[in-house]
Amino acid sequence: MKERILFYTRFERFWHWAQALLIILLLITGFDLHGSYNILPFGEAVTLHNQLAWLLIGLTAFAIFWHLTTGQWKQYIPTLDKATEVVCFYSRDIFKGGQNPVKKDVDSKLNPMQRITYLLLKVVLFPLQLITGLLYLYSSELGITMELSTVAYLHTIGSFAFLAFLIIHVYLATTGHTVLAHFKAMVTGWEEIEEEKPEPSSSVQ
Amino acid sequence: MDSKGLNFSCVKCHTSTEHEIEGRFYSMPATTTHELAMPKDNPSRIACESCHSMRPHKTDPKLNDHTARIACETCHVPIFALKKPTLVTWDWSTAGKFKEGHKYIVKKDELGMVSYHTKKGDLGWAKNVTPEYDWFNGVITHVEVTDTIDDSRPVRMTVIHGDQNDPQSRITPFKIFRGKQIYDAGNKTLVVPKLFGPKGSGAYWNDFDWQESVAAGQKAAGQQFSGELGFVETEYLRPVAHMIPPKEKSLSCEDCHSRNGRLKNLTGFYIPGRDYSAILDRFGWLSCLALLVLVGLHGGLRIMTSKRRN
Ligand code: HEC
Ligand code: HEC
Ligand code: HEC
Ligand code: HEC
Repeated sequence: MKERILFYTRFERFWHWAQALLIILLLITGFDLHGSYNILPFGEAVTLHNQLAWLLIGLTAFAIFWHLTTGQWKQYIPTLDKATEVVCFYSRDIFKGGQNPVKKDVDSKLNPMQRITYLLLKVVLFPLQLITGLLYLYSSELGITMELSTVAYLHTIGSFAFLAFLIIHVYLATTGHTVLAHFKAMVTGWEEIEEEKPEPSSSVQ
Repeated sequence: MDSKGLNFSCVKCHTSTEHEIEGRFYSMPATTTHELAMPKDNPSRIACESCHSMRPHKTDPKLNDHTARIACETCHVPIFALKKPTLVTWDWSTAGKFKEGHKYIVKKDELGMVSYHTKKGDLGWAKNVTPEYDWFNGVITHVEVTDTIDDSRPVRMTVIHGDQNDPQSRITPFKIFRGKQIYDAGNKTLVVPKLFGPKGSGAYWNDFDWQESVAAGQKAAGQQFSGELGFVETEYLRPVAHMIPPKEKSLSCEDCHSRNGRLKNLTGFYIPGRDYSAILDRFGWLSCLALLVLVGLHGGLRIMTSKRRN
């Protein structure tokens, strides 16, 4: 028995895709001005990269506000509950046609692996890129004497971490009950959820 | 600001008070302040900043972030010797060759300049020359005839002071003049050869004998001479401060921010787009590649097993 519920609110979907677009463009322009390849002239890559960064900062500030006011930040509290089952699922049961051991519901949208990954993303990787990015541009104005190379290397490490995250994230998004299920849900907001015991749903609008 | 543009006269910048004309490259920098100079409190206007300030760029403020570490001329003199060729090499060691017994040999190059002369040796000329770059704090000292030189490598006749750790230093464009000249190989000093004078006086341009010429020159200059001669390579660096073309011809970002940009020989500091950590980049790309392979395998296995199940 499958039930359709509105899983992702309009804000979450907007936030998710805007963030995805910004991060992908930041990676493209960033590695361009890093000299890994040459799509744009250096000056344009720099200007675009900086503008995208400011947009991402704005979006993130907004998202932090949203998480705090809606209490949704609780989604990221790490848990070990069912952690082993999740690991077993992705490394073994998924090949046997098994079911994801963590049942999604609106109060707990994330499995233990997602919780810890997204938490690290938010408290380590985002701040790392933000701080090194600002230092990159303004360290001399702020009177901070720092080797530009140190700042740049840290910023590069952060970029590779984002790229690595992106690869895994996009791949794991194909592991829904169909390959495109999670993508559809993130676009429309509606997720089909397997119900164990039929009981009146408390789906939110 | 060149003759086709604003056509400034020399004294616009080379202001003078009591006949002390501003602007020369000696052991005292011409200016140490890089700021606007208002005629009433600072009559010196030799630096670009005297008239333009340190933040002259309006359309692209990112350029203003560069002026503390890069001299204005670095971006504003992309090439020099636009109209007339400039002398860039001079090899004295080939001087003194004659044709038909005692006639001077004179050759010209494609620019119409003398490229060989019996009295001077080989001369190299160039037009539209790209400057070379180094850190510079305004102080230049010169190698003098009494100084001992290191003849194992080209001798820097002008010593350019400053380095990247000195806050007064900025990356500055230079013309490098490369020579090969006679020196005292015994005492390891430069020498003053006698060039002109009557026949028999030792003057090189009449007798064409370096031994006699250097002996006479050193004696006149009151300097020692060991009697042992050689030719040593020399370099004379001169900062480029003139021939500012219209702003459209200034350097663009890629001239410096690329793997093989103009500053590729100035190492030891980080320029975005030029520098990167090879280890870090390799590790980063390989990790991401490994992840791609991993998810590829995982996905492949999922497809295979799901086919088998159905
Ligand atoms: C836009 C301003 C400007 C104008 C116009 C200008 N100069 Fe200069 N000049 C400079 C600057 C800057 C320096 C370097 C000063 C220093 O740091 O010592 C310099 C240095 C010099 C030097 C000594 C350095 C060297 O290269 O040996 C000479 C000689 C000189 N100028 C001659 C002239 C003459 C002649 C004219 C006119 C045809 C002229 N300048 C016009 C700015 C100018
Ligand atoms: C990193 C390279 C760079 C450095 C360093 C630099 N400039 Fe420029 N400058 C440029 C470029 C590129 C332009 C043309 C950009 C434009 O059209 O606005 C320019 C334009 C200008 C203009 C025309 C300004 C305008 O807005 O029309 C002036 C004046 C100028 N520079 C003076 C200076 C002076 C003085 C310094 C030293 C304090 C300096 N520049 C240092 C690259 C540089
Ligand atoms: C005596 C004052 C003075 C000094 C010194 C001076 N400039 Fe200028 N410069 C001017 C003036 C005046 C203009 C014209 C400004 C305008 O058109 O708005 C100008 C214009 C320029 C322009 C713009 C030219 C264009 O294409 O429109 C550049 C670039 C420039 N200066 C670079 C330099 C550099 C580099 C130096 C140092 C070598 C220097 N200036 C020294 C007064 C000065
Ligand atoms: C003459 C060479 C040169 C040119 C031209 C040049 N840069 Fe730079 N740039 C440098 C150097 C050298 C550094 C490192 C400075 C340091 O270590 O403080 C740098 C640093 C930077 C940085 C990082 C540090 C900071 O202050 O933000 C950015 C961003 C940058 N440049 C952008 C640009 C852009 C955009 C352009 C073209 C409009 C440009 N540069 C043109 C030489 C150049």
